[in-house]
Amino acid sequence: MAEDSELNPKTVVVIGGSTGSIDVLLQLLPALPNPLTFAMIVVIHRKNTPDSAMANLLAARTYVPVQEVGDKDVLTAGTIYLAPADYHLLLEKDGTFTLDYSEKVQYSRPSIDVTFESVADVYGPDTTGILLSGANADGTAGLWAIGQAGGTTIVQHPSTAQMAFMPQQAMQNVQIDHVLTVPEMIEFLGKL
Amino acid sequence: MIRDEELELLLNDVLDRYGYDFMHYSRASLKRRINRLLTIDKFPSFAELRYRLLSEPDYVNRFVEELTVNVTEMFRDPALYQTLRTSILPTLTAKPFIRIWHAGCSTGEEVFSMAILLREMGLLHKSLLYATDLNPSVLETAQAGIFPLAPMKQNSENYRLSGGREDFSAYYTAQYGHVKFDADLAQRMVFSTHNLVSDRSFNEFDLIMCRNVMIYFDKPLQERVLTLFDNSLGPLGYLVLGTKETIRFSPMQIRYRQIDSEKIWRKIAN
Repeated sequence: MAEDSELNPKTVVVIGGSTGSIDVLLQLLPALPNPLTFAMIVVIHRKNTPDSAMANLLAARTYVPVQEVGDKDVLTAGTIYLAPADYHLLLEKDGTFTLDYSEKVQYSRPSIDVTFESVADVYGPDTTGILLSGANADGTAGLWAIGQAGGTTIVQHPSTAQMAFMPQQAMQNVQIDHVLTVPEMIEFLGKL
Repeated sequence: MIRDEELELLLNDVLDRYGYDFMHYSRASLKRRINRLLTIDKFPSFAELRYRLLSEPDYVNRFVEELTVNVTEMFRDPALYQTLRTSILPTLTAKPFIRIWHAGCSTGEEVFSMAILLREMGLLHKSLLYATDLNPSVLETAQAGIFPLAPMKQNSENYRLSGGREDFSAYYTAQYGHVKFDADLAQRMVFSTHNLVSDRSFNEFDLIMCRNVMIYFDKPLQERVLTLFDNSLGPLGYLVLGTKETIRFSPMQIRYRQIDSEKIWRKIAN
């Protein structure tokens, strides 16, 4: 799908969540194989704090390198990328990241929709989008875009989510390929 | 969503027809901006947008305004302003005259923030703040010094966190959902259009502030703009960038020293 056939990695998993999603990540990350054969991008709603506390928190749970994205960083397989606080995170066709300080989307910056749509535009069917717990409708339009591009759409099973609204909202509006519990997500990612 | 080829057509149009060069801007960001414009101006299709842009020369102003990101706030990243207040601006005190350039100033919130800092330090009277943007309409807003009231709570909190000890609301008068900043603050400001893509250096400055502007540029354009700033900074001048921006990958970085862990670099050699 990507113009450059050398584009590394071949597949991208993009995960979004809000309230209640950090717990899920803390279960998911330790179970990931290292090295990862794909790249993972994480967009979590959080307070605008300039420090890298969130990246450190996630990095402590996995041997896979965790990196808070800086301007023009290059997407590489085997790395987990975290959207920085207060910027939207976009992906270019050449695999570099762009940070964007435009208007909030769904009251959020970073917005899950923005990153999901952008990754879907670059990676098309090689995109997997996972939407976790949250009390906001962000992510629904993004999953729709991933589905339109032929990618895989996944939501956390609402009954296992601390806040069911976010995955429910997506299920009501978008064709979802898999509704998974956290152990099922671990299994799914292990087979990618 | 607009397709890649359509985006390139539009970018060629605005360059050929109106001289605005967005060729080195982030495509991912531009795509979002154009999709947003299609929605808010209710274009039924890409073709209608292109037709309007080509047939109505006045529309290009709106197009440029919406293509560029004009989100800004006062004292954004308070820790940076605290460093400006405590470590940077004091080193300019002995100068007979202080020149500051806000490049890509948008609606001017950061220019007014700087003017407030300078005034509190007793330096405003001998300072000149050049505020430039490619976009004439945002400069009109900046020049008027009139801002929406709603963000003032956040602005005031940022001001306090940046070490401000005055009553922030004393700097403006509120009326009908807007605030007008004290005209004294604007007295030392000069507003002008300037395009970082195509225009040259126009003065020598003690401090250049350009925050969250270069994130929308590709690497070759970032390099061009950094060279422009380098050529526009006097000896021991400062360059202030956004939280996620850096000069680390630029050849000029060997002649600059970063201040603490802030996105502030000082020119230590010419």
